[in-house]
Amino acid sequence: MAQAPIHEWTLLEAARKVREKEISSRELTAAILERIDRLDPKVNSYVTVLPERAASQAAACDEEQARGSLRGPLHGVPVGLKDIFCTRGVRTTCGSRILHNFDPPYDAAVAETVRAAGAVLLGKHNMDEFAMGSSTETSHFGPSRNPWDLSRIPGGSSGGTAAAVSAGMCFAGVGTDTGGSIRQPASLCGVVGMNQAGPVTRTVADAAALLGVIAGYDRRDSTCVDVPVPDYLAAASRPVAGLRVGLPKEYFEGGGLSPDVKKAVERALAGLTGQGATVVEVSLPHTSFALSTYYLIAPAEASSNLARYDGVRYGHRAEGASGVVEMMSRTRAEGFGAEVKRRVMIGTYALSAGYYEAFYGKAQKVRTLIRRDFDAAFSKADVLLTPTAPTPAFRLGEKTGDPLTMYLSDIFTIPCNLAGIPGISVPCGLSAEGLPIGAQLLSNHFREETLFSAAGAVERAIRLPRVAPVEG
Amino acid sequence: MEFEAVIGLEVHAQLQTESKIFCACSAKFGAEPNGNTCPVCTGMPGVLPVLNRKAVECAVRTALATSCAVQRRSVFARKNYFYPDMPKAYQISQYELPLALRGHLDIEVGGATRRIGITRIHMEEDAGKLVHEGEFAGAQASLADLNRCSVPLMEIVSEPDLRTPEEGGSYLRTLRDILVYLEVCDGNMEEGSFRCDANVSVRPVGQAALGTKAELKNMNSFRNVERALEYEIRRQIEIVEDGGKVAQETRLWDAGAGVTVSMRRKEEAHDYRYFPDPDLLPLIVEEAWVEELKRTIPELPAAKVARLAARYGIPRYDAGILASSRALADFFEAASAAFPGSPKTTANECVHWKDAILAGRLAPETIAHAVSDREAGTISATASKKLVERVLETGRPFRTLRDEMGLTQLSDTSALDAIVDKVIASCPKEVESYRGGKAGLLSFFVGQVMKESRGKANPKVVQEVLRKKLE
Ligand SMILES: [Zn+2]
Repeated sequence: MAQAPIHEWTLLEAARKVREKEISSRELTAAILERIDRLDPKVNSYVTVLPERAASQAAACDEEQARGSLRGPLHGVPVGLKDIFCTRGVRTTCGSRILHNFDPPYDAAVAETVRAAGAVLLGKHNMDEFAMGSSTETSHFGPSRNPWDLSRIPGGSSGGTAAAVSAGMCFAGVGTDTGGSIRQPASLCGVVGMNQAGPVTRTVADAAALLGVIAGYDRRDSTCVDVPVPDYLAAASRPVAGLRVGLPKEYFEGGGLSPDVKKAVERALAGLTGQGATVVEVSLPHTSFALSTYYLIAPAEASSNLARYDGVRYGHRAEGASGVVEMMSRTRAEGFGAEVKRRVMIGTYALSAGYYEAFYGKAQKVRTLIRRDFDAAFSKADVLLTPTAPTPAFRLGEKTGDPLTMYLSDIFTIPCNLAGIPGISVPCGLSAEGLPIGAQLLSNHFREETLFSAAGAVERAIRLPRVAPVEG
Repeated sequence: MEFEAVIGLEVHAQLQTESKIFCACSAKFGAEPNGNTCPVCTGMPGVLPVLNRKAVECAVRTALATSCAVQRRSVFARKNYFYPDMPKAYQISQYELPLALRGHLDIEVGGATRRIGITRIHMEEDAGKLVHEGEFAGAQASLADLNRCSVPLMEIVSEPDLRTPEEGGSYLRTLRDILVYLEVCDGNMEEGSFRCDANVSVRPVGQAALGTKAELKNMNSFRNVERALEYEIRRQIEIVEDGGKVAQETRLWDAGAGVTVSMRRKEEAHDYRYFPDPDLLPLIVEEAWVEELKRTIPELPAAKVARLAARYGIPRYDAGILASSRALADFFEAASAAFPGSPKTTANECVHWKDAILAGRLAPETIAHAVSDREAGTISATASKKLVERVLETGRPFRTLRDEMGLTQLSDTSALDAIVDKVIASCPKEVESYRGGKAGLLSFFVGQVMKESRGKANPKVVQEVLRKKLE
């Protein structure tokens, strides 16, 4: 059997081959850097590429290995990070002009963990500005393109990460997902993406392995729970006989769902039942409120989170202002793009005196109802199956003029995040036009193992190309 | 018309923790600018706060000591506003659901006790400070020192139960003494670890409705608080008497000019857009922990004054001075235990040597020895003082110094006999006068004997010997 080209190897294959000295980290890294060099001008999946740094990291890995030591499970394997994660000494922009010159003096926990596991950092992936968007078109550094069709968007906000993984410009990426920002682009780019801790990979096993590396307690995050990390990788190949798959009826009603997507998700279901899973119908009655709830809570929190970007300590600062108030307001006017400004204004309004209860307070109450919906559903089903995104990738510019239509891209991914439960998107078919479609699987809290088993079963049932045909 | 003032006080007390409230940086005062900072307290992108358990402990102990109800669940909120010394552009504070509610503090004014309600106690982080080059006049730039950012504070809000500046002062002193006793705050007003804002309004006596209030800021000593309140009350009464209306505003106390000046009007007030901080889970204070902390609450100043006065039979005034510091009171009790003979003298000595005692330079035994030797007549008051000074200089034991320096009094009659005889022999005229009825001359002879003994003779014994010999 002919050896697959390097960029098509899975994360696990690449790691094994480095470990077994079939290839050096230097060669592996050089091959991917060369591919980025050649393809990324078309895809624009990276904001920052680090050729020298990656090469010297790879060389250091090889030297250590020659001395008999391996850093961790990702030893010598090149990966990328969404440009939302702070990386010490490496430009971290969040896709925004306001941070176009920001070099953090510290590493985010994920950056630290991935490095400690031995991974080589190729660069930072493009994203919607401050993760606000569903198409990576709001990035200050220009939109990323979908490697399956360069006239189309890769989804967002982790669109750069999904595009880079899909195009073979890294073995894995780490993104973030507060409303669907990983699963939606994963679906649109034909890769696997998970909301918990952010793995974006080309296979379910890779996602399980990467989550195993980056999951775990972070004492610097008070909202993080200190529970043991199970063996996700083993779960990914576990049989699904007897697994109760719930179909939330609300996700399949209404006009927004494309027939291609519906058909593909039905095939995923058939794949699961073909392996012995059973189907139960469940209801998530508050689903229709999820989008508006999310678009109150998220902008409210964002308006407050983004207030620190005021030009006082770092990042962009407006020139020639007289006085600190003018400096701050001009810095923010120049530094933020339209979508960020829109959400800052929505959020500021939702939190303002006299409106708090009607908007933010009410949204938090609805959120509780949505959480209860899921509790009820999981009393009947082990895992829920839904479409990830209502349609395959749309064209660049198609929805930028209509924010509300754009927000609908996340309609299936948002409820799960409001409930705080894990969700994964796994490729389950191609549209008539040859565009990838993803199926979303949701499980109860701390039931990621069930999720990986189900996703693994869908992957085994539906074989799809591993890498996007970007080279034409 | 007669007016009364209605005063409520908001005290910000810095909690005595090693590190800041949401990060591991040192909370110590006086480091070089921005020396005590990290990505968390400077609000860098992507960082998250982690609550300091010791800070919660301090606040819970304060709540218990002021009879507040500790809330099992409290919530940290964000108070949003832009200011260059606030790196996140929001302050994390407790808002709707604070740590503790409904307590009280008993204060003494003019011999009477008044109970002042405490509305709430909540926790929050401090902001940094701006240093203006040349401090305003021709300032070219402003520099931010973020060392104070995220230093843990607790805000103690009183009910508007205070009526006079004296009551305000007494409340603050009482509260500060309690915080210092609990070791939750060092009470230093100059360094800003104990700060106070006041809400003041006036109304005609007998009227139930409250007048329009002004908020006073920038008072950095007890004296200044009282002066500012006095000034502000007078100012408001004058406005009302002249038929005017008091404006709702924030006013700054200008200690130099002795006046309050308007800082901002209500119309310019911020909309802080409070909401629960999504980065911090609600704070759950377990009942068992509260019970455990209850056992760590020491005897508080008021109770201590009463007990010292009753148990040792010393005046309340003296007991008050001793109890003004937990260390001083403890020292007094240790010294009294070592020599229980004369608590009043021991108390006087403790007050006299207060500074040295608080500096940890004297042991209770030294004072016990000084008092017991004096009571036994072994040394004079002057010698006692001299010896304690030597102890402070040399650090050597009191009684060793006493013996070495020969400061023991001559109380032994046989040793004094010779000196007395010598004095009597050398002053025949005076002896005659005394015997002739001039009893007042006895003190002259005592003086002569003291002189002859170079101060070592015990004056009481000398008197007795003299009386016997002159009769
Ligand atoms: Zn810090």
